[in-house]
Amino acid sequence: MDEIIRIENLTHTYSAGTPFEHCAVDGMDLSIYRGEFLGIIGHTGSGKSTLIQHLNGLLKPTKGRVLLGGEDIWADPKKIRSVRFRVGLVFQYPEYQLFEETVYRDIAFGPTNMGLSGEEIDRRVRDAARFAGVSEQMLEKSPFALSGGQKRRVAIAGVIAMEPEVLVLDEPTAGLDPRGREELLSNISAYHKERGNTVVLVSHSMEEIARNVDRIVVLSDSRVLLSGTPHEVFAQGDTLTRAGLDVPEVTRIAMSLRERGLAVDAGVYTVRELSDALLALRKGGGVC
Amino acid sequence: MLKDITLGQFFPGNTLAHRLDPRTKLLVTVLYIVALFSARSLWGYALLALVLAISVRVSRVKLRSLLRGLKPVLFIIAFTAILNLFYTPGRTLVSFWTLRITYEGMRTAVTMMLRIMLLIMGTFLLTYTTSPIRLTDGMESLLSPLKRIKLPVHELAMMMSISLRFIPTLIEETDKIMSAQKARGADFESGNLFHRAKALIPMLVPLFISAFRRADELATAMECRCYHGGEGRTKLNVLRYEARDYLVLAFFLALAVGIVASEKLGVPARLSALLV
Repeated sequence: MDEIIRIENLTHTYSAGTPFEHCAVDGMDLSIYRGEFLGIIGHTGSGKSTLIQHLNGLLKPTKGRVLLGGEDIWADPKKIRSVRFRVGLVFQYPEYQLFEETVYRDIAFGPTNMGLSGEEIDRRVRDAARFAGVSEQMLEKSPFALSGGQKRRVAIAGVIAMEPEVLVLDEPTAGLDPRGREELLSNISAYHKERGNTVVLVSHSMEEIARNVDRIVVLSDSRVLLSGTPHEVFAQGDTLTRAGLDVPEVTRIAMSLRERGLAVDAGVYTVRELSDALLALRKGGGVC
Repeated sequence: MLKDITLGQFFPGNTLAHRLDPRTKLLVTVLYIVALFSARSLWGYALLALVLAISVRVSRVKLRSLLRGLKPVLFIIAFTAILNLFYTPGRTLVSFWTLRITYEGMRTAVTMMLRIMLLIMGTFLLTYTTSPIRLTDGMESLLSPLKRIKLPVHELAMMMSISLRFIPTLIEETDKIMSAQKARGADFESGNLFHRAKALIPMLVPLFISAFRRADELATAMECRCYHGGEGRTKLNVLRYEARDYLVLAFFLALAVGIVASEKLGVPARLSALLV
């Protein structure tokens, strides 16, 4: 597969040389492929947020390189702004970044900074609004008159409107109710399918990641612990548990069934897969 | 980048300088400043610099972090030094074009520079070794006699501790908002002054909104815990003077009185004469 982002031996140390020195990412190697839906998972303090801020050049590596399309993004520091248009980053709780008088103008902030024509901006704003689930009526409202979930959608639309090659979302569902979560995730999935762009989803909810992504990268203690398809990653439930991470509930059931001597595949993570596995066992004359 | 601002930052530790009562440290700082502004001779400054050096050593604060505190005022220091250097009348040492450096000018420039630097480093040492909470506790306790003349001492102290408490939070918030806007291509670094001021709007609007939101939440949280001002409020950590506090206070009192008196009596001049 075609690599779009490649991270080589990335290290980042905060407040170097003070009593608050802290190494958040330590010698990390990682590849992100064009068109994939990648999930990054890790508990608080595992270096997730630091890692993704390197993807669009908000942070400069203390050591190591970040390559975008084969080129070091810091080769020419003056061009770092163009990297930010190519790798769109949606922060945690992005609704706090809204500032314009209308939703439309806020979503247009990114495209305007890119120096696009009025028509192009208009097209992108409407496209992005549709992907993020922002309705036409909302566009003329003040962003401060919206509910929390709607604000979040507007903020996400603001990044999608730049039409980045890679869309990175840091905990996009944090603080939303279950229905809001579900809707937002299906919006993101639909965006990925329709555009075919690379999407990176950062989360600490295994369930959320398991159901949406093609590949998972697990971070622990500032390093990459595991990487692979959801099936491959969840098959190593013990490693995950040791890193302080949960496995999806279904996987946990499968794991305890295995412990009791049932030959169930430990990597299953959907109800469907588990029931299929159990039915197959029954047919094959297992102990069920 | 904004996190590098060390204004009023506290470095935890367990040295004598950390353990002193905050009131002692406040009074000592005031005494030190009095001494600093009374000193006119290089002898006086040498003594005061030595005292500061010993205090820094005792507090185990890195000299580098203290010097970093000087960075923002470097311009003012340089500016006063240059003004004094060229515009003090007296015996001419060097002159070229319309500029004249006098012996007196050089003296004033050096002493002014020393004065500002010692002043800033001394006060920074106070905030480096005292947590904001203890600092405001000390302030409140020292100012409490003013309650008699109806000065809202407790409210002032509370306002101060709240603002001190929220400085790092707001800096972090600013950092976050700036990053988020930069991720959308906002450019805070280039363009002319007008352009840059306008570029700040996407940062300032969210910052103000979140500051108001925080203030609101804090007020609610405080009311939920029955906060109703300073009347009858007790403290978790009651401040108490120890023997070391009296010792340190006595030392600095002697230092200030000594410097004021010796400058009045002209001791430094005689000392210099003795050496020459």
